[in-house]
Amino acid sequence: MTWETVIGLEVHVQLATKTKIFSGASTAFGAEPNTQACAVDLGLPGVLPVLNEETVKLAVTFGLSVGAQITKCSVFARKNYFYPDLPKGYQISQHNLPIVGEGKLDITLDDGATKTIRITRAHLEEDAGKSLHEGLPNVSGVDLNRAGTPLLEIVSEPDMRSSSEAVAYLKKLHQLVRYLGISDGNMQEGSFRCDVNISLRKMGADTFGTRAEIKNVNSFKFVEQAIEYEIDRQKEILENGGTIIQETRQYDPDENITRSLRSKENAPDYRYFPDPDLLPVVVSDAYLASILETLPELPWHKRDRLKQDYDLNDYDAEFISGQLAIAHYFEAALKNANGAKPKLIANWIAGELSAFLNKHNLSIEQSPINAKQLGELVARIHDNTISNNIAKQVFEALWNKAGSVDEIIEEKGLKQITDTGAIEKMIDTIIANNPNQVADYRAGKEKLFGFFVGLVMKETKGKANPAQLNALLKQKLQS
Amino acid sequence: MMHEKSISELSQLLHDKKISSKELTQHFLNRIKQFDKALNSFITVTEENALKQADNADKKIAAGDAHPLTGIPIAQKDIFCTQGVKTTCGSKMLDNFIAPYDATVIEKCNATGLVMLGKTNMDEFAMGSSNETSFYGAVKNPWDTTRTPGGSSGGSAAAVASRIAPIATGTDTGGSIRQPAALSGITGLKPTYGRVSRYGMIAFASSLDCGGVLSQSAQDAALLLNVIAGHDKKDSTSIHHDVPDYTKTLTDSLKGRVIGLPEEYFTGGLNSDVEKNIQDSIKLYEKLGATFKKISLPHTDLATSAYYVIAPAEASSNLARYDGVRYGYRCNHPKNLEDLYKRSRSEGFGEEVQRRIMIGTYVLSSGFYDAYYLKAQKIRRLIRDDFMHAFNDVDCILTPTAPTPAFKLGEKSQDPVAMYLSDIFTIAVNLAGLPGISIPAGFSNALPVGLQLIGKPFDEATILNVAHQFQLNTDWHKSFPTEY
Repeated sequence: MTWETVIGLEVHVQLATKTKIFSGASTAFGAEPNTQACAVDLGLPGVLPVLNEETVKLAVTFGLSVGAQITKCSVFARKNYFYPDLPKGYQISQHNLPIVGEGKLDITLDDGATKTIRITRAHLEEDAGKSLHEGLPNVSGVDLNRAGTPLLEIVSEPDMRSSSEAVAYLKKLHQLVRYLGISDGNMQEGSFRCDVNISLRKMGADTFGTRAEIKNVNSFKFVEQAIEYEIDRQKEILENGGTIIQETRQYDPDENITRSLRSKENAPDYRYFPDPDLLPVVVSDAYLASILETLPELPWHKRDRLKQDYDLNDYDAEFISGQLAIAHYFEAALKNANGAKPKLIANWIAGELSAFLNKHNLSIEQSPINAKQLGELVARIHDNTISNNIAKQVFEALWNKAGSVDEIIEEKGLKQITDTGAIEKMIDTIIANNPNQVADYRAGKEKLFGFFVGLVMKETKGKANPAQLNALLKQKLQS
Repeated sequence: MMHEKSISELSQLLHDKKISSKELTQHFLNRIKQFDKALNSFITVTEENALKQADNADKKIAAGDAHPLTGIPIAQKDIFCTQGVKTTCGSKMLDNFIAPYDATVIEKCNATGLVMLGKTNMDEFAMGSSNETSFYGAVKNPWDTTRTPGGSSGGSAAAVASRIAPIATGTDTGGSIRQPAALSGITGLKPTYGRVSRYGMIAFASSLDCGGVLSQSAQDAALLLNVIAGHDKKDSTSIHHDVPDYTKTLTDSLKGRVIGLPEEYFTGGLNSDVEKNIQDSIKLYEKLGATFKKISLPHTDLATSAYYVIAPAEASSNLARYDGVRYGYRCNHPKNLEDLYKRSRSEGFGEEVQRRIMIGTYVLSSGFYDAYYLKAQKIRRLIRDDFMHAFNDVDCILTPTAPTPAFKLGEKSQDPVAMYLSDIFTIAVNLAGLPGISIPAGFSNALPVGLQLIGKPFDEATILNVAHQFQLNTDWHKSFPTEY
């Protein structure tokens, strides 16, 4: 029997606001427990929520970027349930009227094809606090710093058919929210986490199977592993004639399994109703137009433009457009590169710079070499002041803050030797000193050409202009 | 005597320096000591703090830096959070709760220099019409201590009715200011929904709750409304709408005023003395130049049912925060989390509160939501439409406030539906979000009878004007039980 996997994702994106969605408390991560929870976050008697308008702007920004309908009058609702980390006994969320309606996101499959994943909706809600158990024998603690942190929950249609499609969608979404600047996307801190809905059906069936929901998975790798585990689990049940129970499960990365949390029968009745403390959120056409105007170039538009304007290949364009910070770096470097080929800059960013950043575990924003410096470096390759190889030495010196590009070249005497007379003189000396090799070369052992290049480079400490050297050497050896 | 004077008169005496706020405050504190053991209208008396505030008020007055109400003592319903002072909402659940912040109403009173005498008794979480659901015991009606002063603002009503406080705040979700005002023989103003900030006012039913005034007269109510009204950025449902000086239009002539009489409010079931007092009042108004017009509010009979779906629904959610985890009552030795929730809430909440939480939870449940909550909201819209339609023809509406005078303590406490029906004339006003005022309009067997005036949205000025004109021509509002 062949089974088809059906996956839908609910992604919780923490919005990048300074303050909480319904109070003025800070959203910064990592503070001492309960130091960033004000009276509203604590759910004290008598307090009232006041909507942070910035969250609406960020939600609308997202909606417009995925071509979604924006609900003109969206409504906050209360989702009622008891839990110690939920101070009011209800979570303020959106239910029937979410701010973002249907949209879509294109993903690139492993074979390079494009697939459209439909987005059902995205709604604003507040995060809960955190229960603490570690280091607290016989009691549990509650930290409400996170309570009231703004979240955008993005719900997809069950359009994904494999773990790799699910991960491709998540990565695309992750890239998008960071591009838009609506979230830092920090997965370790829980700023981007997802619930996976997964079911199997017989290949070709037109109805869905019963699904399991895996809660709160917070890395791309875990999503992949959880889905793979769940496919095996469900397949085994189905192939042995069993039925899948609709339930909520939890992924345990240590054992790489999913475990049942609660079945549908035990699911709470949330008793949603419109929150009478908050007014409906009304957005005007003018407001939407103003946000549309400030929408940054989207990653896939940027990728296409890079290919077209700068003649970059697919790999480079994808790499450069992958993060907004890299794209900005690229375009800033290009401005300072004095007419060098964009491809050359892309190579340096994707190659040397990325390697160094990875090695030192730095983001491009933290790079010790700024875009202007990298541009100047490439400009010196372009105008033949230094060779590509020598440039690597300059790059290292730049990384270690040894001065400007030109100062380093000057100080270390790395300027390329382009004086034909000087190079010719060196070649003559080498030919005179190595008669056997010259004879072999002339007898047809052309591989020895590299040997002669090497000798000149050694003599010039690599500074001879390679093109010039090649031409002159060829000429002298043949004569 | 100072306690026989309205706050507008007291204000004059304070500003003419005939009396000091300290003397005045001490006088009322003494009266509380003397009479409140029998009445039980205060949960907390903040004597020390009151005298300090009075001192500051006297300094302000001496410096010529005073508001007309600076130095006037006030009783605050124990539903308003007061920083550093126990704020119980009439519940065991909050018996140990010292509020760490001031409600906006309290903040405004403090900024004006009003002197808080203490926190008044109330039905638990404002759920009740007789003040019998309070964890702190029933409040007695000063006119007859075997009877209820009404509720839920029963403590505030009894305190003003016995003149142990010259004025008080209250809140009104289904009649909780107007009904006790009527039963206690004082004036009670419920402003338009959104006119007074709900921030720091402990929520019962958020879409209905409304802070207001219990006072000796419409003029006094206007003075205090001037202080507490206005938009508050901490309450999204408070409304940006100009706050006029409500005292400016009090004496406007009633000539040409058209007052509506809704036929649905004058059918059988109305106590005959109540009916007679209302008819006498209508005659007086006609003498003052007003004309009356019969109107119809056809969905009136649905108001109580809709209210007892919407209010408990919101309450069931609003009261979920009292879970024994962070503050308030927590049961002893909980076995586990579920036990903590169940016992803290079962032991911390009284019967009526639990009843409403259960009703509210039921009507919001999956499968029942459309039949109850959604339908009730539709009825609510129809009720508002009824009023708005009527206001095309009339300036305000006159009705009785309550179907009977004060009933006996214990008389209805075992019959929730009978209790709910005592708010039958006030509930629709909350559902429609309108302003309403109850003023004393006579007596029935030595018990006060109240008359209700209902205004257009944000037109408190008209009902205050119509009420004040009545009080310029009657003395009902000046009488209070002789033993106090």
